[in-house]
Amino acid sequence: MHVSLLQELFFFVLAVFTGWSLITKVPPVLHTPLMSATNAIHGVLVVGALIVVFTAAGPSQIIVAALALFLATLNVVGGFVVTDRMLEMFRKSPNEKGQAAK
Amino acid sequence: MSNIRDAAYMIAAILFIVGVMRLRTPATARSGNLLAAVGMLIAVVFTVIGASVGNILLLVIVFVVGAVIGTYSSRAVKMTAMPQMVAAFNGMGGGAAAMIALSEALQALGHGSYPGLSQAVPGLFDMLVGSISFSGSIIAFLKLQEWMPSRAMSFKGQNAVNAVILIVLVLLAIYIPFQPSILLDWILIAGSVILGVMFVVPVGGADMPVIIALLNAFTGIAAAAAGFVLQNDVLIVAGALVGSSGTILTLIMSRAMNRSIFNVLFSAFGSKVTATGTSERGEIHPTNAEEVAMLCAYAQRVVIVPGYGLAVARAQQECKDLMDLLSSRGVDVRFAIHPVAGRMPGHMNVLLAEANVPYDRLYDMDDINPEFQRTDVVLVIGANDVVNPDARENPGSPIYGMPILNVDQAKTVIVNKRSMAAGFAGIDNPLFFKQNTKMFFGDAKGALQSLVSAIKEEVA
Repeated sequence: MHVSLLQELFFFVLAVFTGWSLITKVPPVLHTPLMSATNAIHGVLVVGALIVVFTAAGPSQIIVAALALFLATLNVVGGFVVTDRMLEMFRKSPNEKGQAAK
Repeated sequence: MSNIRDAAYMIAAILFIVGVMRLRTPATARSGNLLAAVGMLIAVVFTVIGASVGNILLLVIVFVVGAVIGTYSSRAVKMTAMPQMVAAFNGMGGGAAAMIALSEALQALGHGSYPGLSQAVPGLFDMLVGSISFSGSIIAFLKLQEWMPSRAMSFKGQNAVNAVILIVLVLLAIYIPFQPSILLDWILIAGSVILGVMFVVPVGGADMPVIIALLNAFTGIAAAAAGFVLQNDVLIVAGALVGSSGTILTLIMSRAMNRSIFNVLFSAFGSKVTATGTSERGEIHPTNAEEVAMLCAYAQRVVIVPGYGLAVARAQQECKDLMDLLSSRGVDVRFAIHPVAGRMPGHMNVLLAEANVPYDRLYDMDDINPEFQRTDVVLVIGANDVVNPDARENPGSPIYGMPILNVDQAKTVIVNKRSMAAGFAGIDNPLFFKQNTKMFFGDAKGALQSLVSAIKEEVA
């Protein structure tokens, strides 16, 4: 067992509470983009995939690690681009008679 | 070197949190997504330069191919297909988590030592949950894309079968650390993939947003678990962040449909046709563009209720044209947005924003419901279940208790539908048979076009 397990659990718990308290009063308008953006953020798996690719040796390890990297890259790149496309739509509204966006 | 990397991870984590914070209001949402993306870039760059790098050529090729496919498919997809796109990318993440865990197990066995419990347990968790998220998301994608029937499909005792599969998989996962074997890992992954399919197939298309939100949270937790496997802090923090915020989002969404999350998951909602016969409902009253044009042109207030049918027909622009035309005649035109209009909460807002309909014309359900009594004409375009009065009045209806738009309280309701087919949830709608309801059949795009030109002729 490595020494920092407790520290990792500590980070984990704090992050759970942060996520929990962040999402309370979000207007329904933003539910889909928010889901999409958090979908992109768990694309952080790409970091994990990179690490296993670095250390992979031999065909079976390399195939599995490369598959992990491929899937994670799709998740992270696609996730952010899709979210941006959705949110791009929200920019155009306030141009009619100076109405401010809600 | 690892200090610099950890500092970079901390900055990335902060950017993720600030990004989600900014996603809570429309004005700052886009910058929030951008900040999170910058955080991701920082995390990736410092991972690469902070480690002893092997397989660099392979890494670059796989990464570039993945990035190109990801960018291309998310650019090419239509706005109406966004929900299934999110589902697909989420599934990729789930699969990645499972493969990362398997990869670690392979490498550890290659060194002749299986990792200690603090890494083996989250690794097995990843194989289980990541694989469920992978196959479940693929099924959600197929259903929303309508490459497989979107209605709920289940067999008797399916919940029990699923429970048994889950228990067997958990027992297998507990056994593996005592007898480490890649074959058993693969069996665990394959079993979890099957469970993911069994778990999502019984869920009807109308409930799919909730499932995607839930699977999104699953992948978040799986990412955190991968962080424990690799002892990597940024994976832990970002994964936990998504896991918990995704869970909250799931609860908010099911609450908007007045259904408990357990009900969504285990009731195979809408799989059986309800007993209430259509025969006693009376007759429908068909109408045409000219009549609707008269009604709208001389109304004081028109409320448009857009549904997924409008999105499928890509008639957002026609909707905007109708709004402009009526507004120029002094008609008060509003859009009533049900929380689950479209196929995801907020989906309809995105689609209307695409057609440049201003925000302040869009009214949430709670704001518009008291107004229907003072509304002359309600135009329901491609919506069905969200205006079904059975949800309010018929305790026997499967959607009883779901909050709806009370369009039947308006003077006249015009319902545009392609045919009399049942809605996404597969249930009857007595609204269509009411005295003050007129059915305006036709594809939403064509119907709105003929309506706009009819109004122009009528009042010219």
